Amino acid sequence: MLQTVQAASNEPLLAVDDLVVEYPVGAKIVHAVSGVSLQIARGETLGLVGESGCGKSTLGRAVLQLRRPTSGRVLFDGHDLTTMQGDALRQMRRRVQLIFQDPIASLNPRRKIGDIVAEPLVIAGVKDPQKREQLVHEVLSAVGLDPTLVVGRLPHEFSGGQCQRICIARALILNPEFIVCDEPVSALDVSIRAQILNLLEEMKGRFGLTLLFIAHDLAVVKAVSDRVAVMYLGRLCEVGPSEQLFARPAHPYTALLIEAIPVPDPDVRPTETVPVGEPPSPIAPPSGCRFRTRCPRADRRCSDEMPELRAVAPGQLVACHHPLI
Amino acid sequence: MTENTLLSVEDVVVDLPTPRGNLRAVDRVNLTVGAGQTLGVVGESGCGKTMLSRAILQLLPKKAKLSGRVMFDGQDLLQLAPEKLRKLRGRSLAVVFQDPMTSLNPVLTIGTQLIETLQEHLELDDATARKRSVELLAAVGIPAPEQRLAQYPHQLSGGMRQRVAIAIALSCEPKLLIADEPTTALDVTIQAQILDLLAREQRRRHMAMILITHDLGVVAGRTDEVAVMYAGRVVERAPTPALFKKMRMPYTEALLAALPRLDAAPHTPLPAISGRPPDPTRPLQGCSFSPRCRYAVARCQVEKPPLTAAGSREHQYACFHPIGIHAEAGA
Amino acid sequence: MATLELEVAEEAVTQPARKGRRLGMLFWAGIVWLVFVCAVAVFATVLPLPSPTDMDMLERRAPFSAEHWLGTDGLGRDELARLIYGARISLVVGVCAPVIGVVIGGALGMLAGYFRGRFESLVVGSMDVLLAFPPLILALAVTAYLGQSIFNLTLILGALSVPAFMRVARAATLTLARREFVIAAQALGATHARILLRELLPNVMLPLLAFFLLGVAVIIVVEGSLSFLGLGVPPPISSWGSMIGEGRESLDMAPRLAFLPAAAMFLTVLSFNLVGDTLRALTDPRQGAL
Repeated sequence: MLQTVQAASNEPLLAVDDLVVEYPVGAKIVHAVSGVSLQIARGETLGLVGESGCGKSTLGRAVLQLRRPTSGRVLFDGHDLTTMQGDALRQMRRRVQLIFQDPIASLNPRRKIGDIVAEPLVIAGVKDPQKREQLVHEVLSAVGLDPTLVVGRLPHEFSGGQCQRICIARALILNPEFIVCDEPVSALDVSIRAQILNLLEEMKGRFGLTLLFIAHDLAVVKAVSDRVAVMYLGRLCEVGPSEQLFARPAHPYTALLIEAIPVPDPDVRPTETVPVGEPPSPIAPPSGCRFRTRCPRADRRCSDEMPELRAVAPGQLVACHHPLI
Repeated sequence: MTENTLLSVEDVVVDLPTPRGNLRAVDRVNLTVGAGQTLGVVGESGCGKTMLSRAILQLLPKKAKLSGRVMFDGQDLLQLAPEKLRKLRGRSLAVVFQDPMTSLNPVLTIGTQLIETLQEHLELDDATARKRSVELLAAVGIPAPEQRLAQYPHQLSGGMRQRVAIAIALSCEPKLLIADEPTTALDVTIQAQILDLLAREQRRRHMAMILITHDLGVVAGRTDEVAVMYAGRVVERAPTPALFKKMRMPYTEALLAALPRLDAAPHTPLPAISGRPPDPTRPLQGCSFSPRCRYAVARCQVEKPPLTAAGSREHQYACFHPIGIHAEAGA
Repeated sequence: MATLELEVAEEAVTQPARKGRRLGMLFWAGIVWLVFVCAVAVFATVLPLPSPTDMDMLERRAPFSAEHWLGTDGLGRDELARLIYGARISLVVGVCAPVIGVVIGGALGMLAGYFRGRFESLVVGSMDVLLAFPPLILALAVTAYLGQSIFNLTLILGALSVPAFMRVARAATLTLARREFVIAAQALGATHARILLRELLPNVMLPLLAFFLLGVAVIIVVEGSLSFLGLGVPPPISSWGSMIGEGRESLDMAPRLAFLPAAAMFLTVLSFNLVGDTLRALTDPRQGAL
């Protein structure tokens, strides 16, 4: 069922509008996501990158309404997911899926793989067991596993990479349109990562998927994304086409991230421009631009005024008062 | 091998009995680290790198069987009496682990842990130990060090905790620091800071370091020599530039190629290594990498290749068909 | 370019009965005793035993003989028969009461741990209130009001065991409900009922079962204590506890009348503990395996 991937169609498949997610921890409030807006076109892969605590995982879950946003809208194919409940939302869920970071924890340790992968079909109301079995076999083959060897076993008998394939199979079995991949390869060995990334790309082409790919590893994100969004402490810093963004980053934080990545080339000596300090806590984010406490270009304006996303180059948006380009 | 070799690991074997049979975690490993040098040990999970570091420190689980020699500063650690070994650990031989939350005692303050270490090994009095602790915390880049002494580990961020762990490790001026995946649990910007810190302190104290990691990028710019481990063995060992430029072992080549690169275009298919890392309880007869190796032939599955040296004695590899030399042979 | 993972076959074959090696001698000894006790209790009526209620006044406190294997008690009743019929009572109460506890407590605990919020506070709060009552006084009050019978006894002991099971189930559910496979099920659009029954229950059942066996041990002792005080099973029905109570009067003349039922109770409780402990040890590493 090959579908050619369009670079951008008229209506974005997913549109997030000013999403805010806040939740209380004790007496304080964690501002996990503070006003994020983005669009993903049909057939596109948007990479969402940021360090721990930036809210990217929370955003991914909020988009799928697994964590209800405090405010904002999530429009999937025109339907506002934030206002949907109960059965209507459950029906929607067949079209959007999620792949997690820890593949082994994503599988019920007491259920057989065949049952796990068939579960979406049961929930969706596919009553015929033979039909279910057939679909399970098909999708397991598609992800590179031999169904006969896999179906009757339990998750703990498999490695991390194999479990991730099983999770991908489970996510694909209902033929969804949109998948949120939340750090799908971070917990895997280096030599397995490439396998799973290749698999995701292949599945994307074969099933005509649109992906939101969340990760903290820039190189991984760049490898699979058409466009990349950089997030810091609950807000977007920069959004743009992958190649362009990494070649000429506009936001100082993006530049910092790129510089900090260890390059496997002995000639590239790591620059000892030590990135300053640590990220502030999302409980008490700095006023104005949240990156200003670590930014070499920060000034008065940055603490008074919150920068909004605006275009600095074709297709590239940045939220900064003193962008690099 | 040379006069200023600080640590020499010779033919170390670590066997772990498990319900599923004997597990050879470390299989005849030989390594050397010179004073002031940095050795990188690279490998994926299950390759034995952590067991190796534990073997050097003599911190293996009780059931483990250890053989070989570990010569540190002229003494064989495996033969040393437990009392002497205890004095050595923390003083001349220090460790930084991956997860600072579990390597720091959560119910003791930072100050207590630092001061205790100083008093135990250097026998300083309270006031001097306290002063030294503050200096150490400042040296590792922790702001407001006096206040930190009274704080508990959970009140600090991951990066801060790791700095404290490093401060504790460095407190007694060790000759060798073993850093076991020190930055794996940290964000990339903090990772860079911590690695820079380690490099700086190392230079300042002329300290040797073993940097254990799965990330080839981390070793590339920060080590003098790299040993690549696979299935409990060292499969390639070379000075860092030689390893990256003239690698011999197909595993090393495959590992490097499988890394997504920031300078590659998006959607470039990655040359993945097929298959999975081997099961240590079921060792293969031949080369452990042969099921996944694109150059493997029949001989590779039957015989285990020994560690041989290429042109220069410093560059060793365990392969019957090393890259580069293979091409030169014209086959 | 998906690579086919053909090595699954080799990997999966090497899964021997790992469990076999973990079950030690003590575990099997406990199983043997429990099977024996349950068997004789179940088949008591068909076994060739003298009746436990026949009093032979001439043969009171008789020593071991061919006719009375374990002798007779203070009223001339056959000791062995009484032990076996006593086992029935102890086991019935000992097993049925925790069943009430595990069903009600387990359900409440799972719901509390899954839904959280005010429902959880309500459940935990009411359990705390129940625990605050001294159990003995509560049992006495209920039996005084409703009358002494095996049924009432089982009921009250079952009710008293509900908080403990609720705690176990809730703790297990709390850790599990946050794990990704539950979120995955939610992401698939599963209803709450489905998640509770298909995802959570199979995982919560094991620690509950292990705790259940320990609960049986505890209830047997509690029932024994109550019967010893004369507050448990009403006469003429006797359980091990009441036998120990009666044996108290004959301690100087025939101490075996107290020790025999005590030994039986000791062995049975110990066996339940051993089996329960082993099961608990088995359930834990499973969840973190590999």
